[in-house]
Amino acid sequence: MIDSTAPRGPEQPRLGGATIVSPADSPRRAFGRFENVHKAFKRPGQTPLTAIETVTFDLQSGQLISLLGPSGCGKTTFLRIAAGLIPKTSGIVEINGAEVERPQPDFGMVFQQPNLMPWRTVLKNVLFPVEIQGDADGRAVQRAAELLSLVGLSGFEHSYPAQLSGGMQQRVALCRALVHQPKLLLMDEPFGALDELTRMEMQDLLLDIRAKTGATLMLVTHSISEAVYLSDRVAVFSPRPARIADVIAVDLPYPRRPEARYAPEFTELEHRASRALGITR
Amino acid sequence: MTPQNLTRSLYPLVGIVVILALWQLYTWLSGISPLVLPSPMEIGSVSIKRHDLLLQQTWPTFIETVLGFALALLIGVPLAVLVANSRLFNLVLYPILVATQSIPKVAIAPIILVWFGLGISSKLALAFLVAFFPIVVDTAAGLQATPPGLLELAHALCASRRQVFFKVQMPAALPFIFAGSKVAITLAVIGAVIGEFVGSMAGLGNLVLAANSQLDGPLAWAALVWLSALGILLFAAIALVEWLMMPWERASQH
Repeated sequence: MIDSTAPRGPEQPRLGGATIVSPADSPRRAFGRFENVHKAFKRPGQTPLTAIETVTFDLQSGQLISLLGPSGCGKTTFLRIAAGLIPKTSGIVEINGAEVERPQPDFGMVFQQPNLMPWRTVLKNVLFPVEIQGDADGRAVQRAAELLSLVGLSGFEHSYPAQLSGGMQQRVALCRALVHQPKLLLMDEPFGALDELTRMEMQDLLLDIRAKTGATLMLVTHSISEAVYLSDRVAVFSPRPARIADVIAVDLPYPRRPEARYAPEFTELEHRASRALGITR
Repeated sequence: MTPQNLTRSLYPLVGIVVILALWQLYTWLSGISPLVLPSPMEIGSVSIKRHDLLLQQTWPTFIETVLGFALALLIGVPLAVLVANSRLFNLVLYPILVATQSIPKVAIAPIILVWFGLGISSKLALAFLVAFFPIVVDTAAGLQATPPGLLELAHALCASRRQVFFKVQMPAALPFIFAGSKVAITLAVIGAVIGEFVGSMAGLGNLVLAANSQLDGPLAWAALVWLSALGILLFAAIALVEWLMMPWERASQH
């Protein structure tokens, strides 16, 4: 069951022999549907604080979409709604044909901080989701080991998080988000806490993993170049209360290489995003 | 032990030797009665010569302390779980715990004796009472200090409350529980000795009183030496369990 819309090379190996993405039930129907999503936080004794005015866009299976916006614009709130971590006030949040109202066991999440458990080894940290879901069997262990080798952490399986650098820890967090073969991977500024060089390295790693797993991805970022470099599409959020200022299709071919950052088309897309953000005119 | 650690533990050792030497010198020069202040050498030799008696009296104190501490752990940790996880229990129980803690344990020792008698149970009860508080407070603090990011991760994975508790909250609280236990075990020794002072038939605290009344100063001091050795040994035992149960703490130091 290989989703033909997912951009990937023809002879990429499959992880653990399984497909991570389940295709949407019909090719015409979007994998993720967000319609007029609105969120207002109740505040005692005050008028509710509107975080998201209205957000509408589609997410195709196998696509990587970035939510780009200024700090505090509500993009993280939106991601948390899509993850089922917090309720929306109104609108439709539908993923894989089902309304999202609570956390979904077949989603994977990567946070800004690695959020590793200091008392677990690297391998045990990666296995945490399958352990929670009660299928930490031999295949899961094999999958975890494969993921770790994919991110260049073979040989660190039995190390503790405190023995790793920040970038290595975030790579472990990435493996943990993928180990239970999620339908959708949600990432909240996953590389925001890393230095510039590690960050660029991680972006290439993410594209690599995405090509190998075919995962559908939604990623929150406030970096224009990160959004353009990684995504099939960039949804630009306005300042709070959030609206969609622009949806930019990034027609640069995958696999992308760091040189792509200096292509005129790349700069043009960055400029369009920056116009949508109101930074340039 | 690294050479650095070795030199660091050498400093207090030097301090102790100097103090003992001055003490020894003073007892020689002043001719003070050994009933009032025996010399370190005399205390040392009695501590070794009468080890049969001392060991025999250490046993009850050891049992009282360990059982009192174990009981504090057995009741304190679940209570801390209630306090940390339930708003109602937190509001109702926590102020009561703090209030009871302010009662001086020495003052209630005679009442405990009336309730539990001269045997081991009254000492066990006092050891429990003093050990209980640090365990509850530290465990509750540890449970409440669980990193919110880990709780959110567990939530996002649809973990059950049971899984959150055993796989996230408890391991996160472990360093706090051990910190509380180290304080509690030394306090438990004090609790047991208070119990023995108020009324008892055996134990190192009992021996201190008995030796004093027989004007045997060196034996009373030797009992003190054994008592502190017991305290240090129990503390070290907790530290060893901590070392064994938390291998990640060791790993992070490299």
